[in-house]
Amino acid sequence: MSASDVIPVAISGSDLLALAPHIALSVTIVFVMLLIGIKRIYAISSAVSMVGLGTSAVLAFVQFYGALSNDTSQQITPLFRIDLFSLFFIAIICCAAFSLSVFAYSYFMRLKDDQDEYQLLLLLAALGGVTLASSTHFIGALIGLEMMSMALYGMLAYPVHSHENSGGSLESAFKYLILSAVASATMLFGIGLLYTETGLLTVIGVGEFGSDPSALIGIGLLFIFAGMAFKLSLAPFHLWTPDVYEGGPMPASAFLATVGKIAVAAFMLRLIAHTNALSIVSVNFAVLSVAIFSVLLGNLLALRQQNLKRLLAYSSIAHMGYLLIAILSFSVESDGSVSLGTGLAVDAVVFYLLAYMVMSLGAFGCASLISSSERESDSIADYTGLFWRSPWLAVVLTSMLLSLAGIPLTGGFISKFLVFFAAVEASQWLLLFVLVVGSGIGLYYYLRVIFQMLQTPSKLEPLGIKRSNWETLGAVLMLFLVTAGTLVLGVYPEPVLNLVEQIGLSL
Amino acid sequence: MILLSLVGVFFFGGLLAWLSEFVDVRLPRWVAMLSAVICAGLISRLVFMVDSGGVGLLGWVDEFEGSWVPSLGIDFFFAADGLTVLMLALTVLLGIVSIASAWDEIKERAGFFYFNLLWTLAGVVGVFTALDLFLFFFFWEVMLIPMYFIIAIWGHENRRYAATKFFIFTQVTGMMMLVSLLCLVYFHSLQFGEFSFNYNDLLRVDLPKSIDLWVMLGFFAAFATKLPSVPFHSWLPDAHSQAPTAGSVLLAGVLLKTGAYGLIRFTIPLFPEATVLFAPIAMSLAVISILYCAKVALAQTDIKRLIAYTSVSHMGFVLLGIYAWNELGLQGAVMTMLAHGLSAAALFMLAGGLQHRIHTRDMREMSGFWIVAPKMAVVALFFSVAALGLPGLGNFVGEFLALLGAFSVSIPAAVIAVLGVIFASVYSLWVMQSVFQGPSLRQEGKDSTHEALLDLDRRELFFYGVMMIGLLWMGLYPQTFLDFSSGVIEDLVMSDDAAALYAREFSK
Repeated sequence: MSASDVIPVAISGSDLLALAPHIALSVTIVFVMLLIGIKRIYAISSAVSMVGLGTSAVLAFVQFYGALSNDTSQQITPLFRIDLFSLFFIAIICCAAFSLSVFAYSYFMRLKDDQDEYQLLLLLAALGGVTLASSTHFIGALIGLEMMSMALYGMLAYPVHSHENSGGSLESAFKYLILSAVASATMLFGIGLLYTETGLLTVIGVGEFGSDPSALIGIGLLFIFAGMAFKLSLAPFHLWTPDVYEGGPMPASAFLATVGKIAVAAFMLRLIAHTNALSIVSVNFAVLSVAIFSVLLGNLLALRQQNLKRLLAYSSIAHMGYLLIAILSFSVESDGSVSLGTGLAVDAVVFYLLAYMVMSLGAFGCASLISSSERESDSIADYTGLFWRSPWLAVVLTSMLLSLAGIPLTGGFISKFLVFFAAVEASQWLLLFVLVVGSGIGLYYYLRVIFQMLQTPSKLEPLGIKRSNWETLGAVLMLFLVTAGTLVLGVYPEPVLNLVEQIGLSL
Repeated sequence: MILLSLVGVFFFGGLLAWLSEFVDVRLPRWVAMLSAVICAGLISRLVFMVDSGGVGLLGWVDEFEGSWVPSLGIDFFFAADGLTVLMLALTVLLGIVSIASAWDEIKERAGFFYFNLLWTLAGVVGVFTALDLFLFFFFWEVMLIPMYFIIAIWGHENRRYAATKFFIFTQVTGMMMLVSLLCLVYFHSLQFGEFSFNYNDLLRVDLPKSIDLWVMLGFFAAFATKLPSVPFHSWLPDAHSQAPTAGSVLLAGVLLKTGAYGLIRFTIPLFPEATVLFAPIAMSLAVISILYCAKVALAQTDIKRLIAYTSVSHMGFVLLGIYAWNELGLQGAVMTMLAHGLSAAALFMLAGGLQHRIHTRDMREMSGFWIVAPKMAVVALFFSVAALGLPGLGNFVGEFLALLGAFSVSIPAAVIAVLGVIFASVYSLWVMQSVFQGPSLRQEGKDSTHEALLDLDRRELFFYGVMMIGLLWMGLYPQTFLDFSSGVIEDLVMSDDAAALYAREFSK
């Protein structure tokens, strides 16, 4: 390592300004903690959390457009880099966390326990996600990853005192705690191996190991990939996913499915883009087999699920597999590095993550709107006749499911279209075949839920817990925005495609 | 602009029909009928435009071009020529007929029903007019969703299975088409340096020999599923028998034709060389479809399933005519598409009418209806003999031309396919005998359920009458219709690549 590579650890004023979204979140966390200490008023602590998340989202967007116009990127200590790529992910993570906070507000309304700390944990997890998405250093990534996971354990077990079958959420949290710790340890070991060989912990430097790296690097990368594959619930590291999703309260499962995946995927994307990982045969083969396994297994296991959360869990396994297909379609130069300017693969990945976030938020949002901490409406039978009982909610859920299935007019279609395009460009015929088969199987279980919603219910039961319109107003508004987002992504993707292209180039 | 407004009228008409339900339950059907009639008016303007101007492969009667996703070379590109106009006229006519057939049948959630019906029509119009391949694919997929809802909500006892099967079959093969389409676009970007989904641009792409056939098969799979042809046909009998009458009418009359249209417009012109290799296989598939499905039809007891299988059989003539790829064959294919659209729609309406009246589709429970419902029997006889290819009616002209075209390319194929016509007479007359002739159950006092069998009313007679006139016109003076498509077909057949194919087929 030459001296010129060393980036000063001191932080200047402009660095602090660039870190504004992180700082805004941290300040909110302290503030909410103090508020809870003074007096517990659920509405106020929720409102403050939402304001904090909203502020950092707005800050990230402002910086994003600033960076777009003068094309800057800023390295802040070796740990973080604030460029278009990380700002984009910070912004969407904050937006997702904001809407999840809104959904959680009405979900935990009737919890006969202290509700305020849920919002606090959510803020912490969001900060972890934001940190992970902006880090260019393994230590920064680990800090972010652990901050997010620690908070998630709490979120998953949150309603443990009042839930009818409180065992479910506790089991879910413990399962996640133990397995996630193992995954982190695996990843740490991989990082250690890379460090042994290169003496570096920075993502950008560690990749310059030439086209013929030693075996240790390959093994290290494999371990790191395994750790991240666990967090992304890729097969065969997916076994925890359905149980954890099912046991946790709806908003926490939603957080795990959206922010939890997007932040990790963003870091993985940066890692893969800056290393020659894909040109190492063993790593490439591992990623390829994980992609094929995930698409096929995720879709096949989802077929006969009776529980919506388990179904979404398996479908998320498949979706992360589609994402890997796009990653495998990156165009690799002759020296083994990834070429970001050519091909649509990077655009496809970024667009896919955005669309996936929006549609998962919508699907989980619908489910959490008719659930509450007292009663989870997560059996598919609960959705019988939703079209006739609550038409608007049914339209939203249907468009989300169609989007997950990749049907036109929705963002899911354009994202799948881009994955197809990227794979054709890279001549990945095997993966294309898997993609077609997987999506074909996938149609069946999405249609099953839709068909259930179309049935005439035998008796008209009220949906979930009766709540006043005022309590759910925010959640309904959020669902409206999310649906509009999915449709706009599907019908007029041009502006987002242009942004995504810029983001890919800044990586 | 007319093309865009056609899609727009159906699209907004659908939304309006849904919303109007909240004002009055009887309003949606009027809104639907009104939008279909407006579209009929728009199409009649197109018809006169074809009459007055010269048409060719690249000379569109009407076109509309607008930007959509420029970074990927995707445009709003709608265009129509004589062939399109014929298809559009069929679509709107059968649209009106299906609305009429649903008039009294659909009482539950009528607003949502007509919304789906009109959106299906919007999708079909889009498929027939879109000439940007992304836009085409978009409509191709979009028209399935409302059809899925129509079968899944208003269908019969086994609707879940049928609707899901229909959707998965068409979607999976649709994705195969997507892969092929993207290959084509990718090679366009390699050869011309930019992405383009425009039909005219993609015609110029020269695919490497090694993948040409595979890329073509992606398109063929999607269109052969929709057509349908053996071995992709098994969704159709289920979908048809479970769909409500209006759904069956649209499926048989219009949706199947999008497959044939796709073959004529896209598969063959885009892949002339692969087509040469593939033509013998496609023609064999056509012959197998004609004979096998006619044979299977004979074994059916469910009247709607029977008509569904006969549809597959008749569409085999279309496939045969298309892959003969000469003027006669193509003209025959187009005529068969039109004539079969009308006759199959009418037969499905009759079957639906029977089911609505006696609540069964089982032919073993039907007998001697001629005495009870003479008008219906006469109408049924007319459309049965139309389907079996009686000279003087449209189906005869179509199938005759298709066979003639095939004969000049492959004598064995044409000779074997002719046997299908014999089968057609057998099953058509057999249906007439078992349903309308024989002992009347009512007279013998065995069955009281048939008491309620009412004869056709004036509204029904009017719509059957319109379709009868159409079939007679096609049968007695087909030139009117041939003139519309002749310009397009001449251009298709005479364009360089296709001419080479023609010559090579001949030399065999």
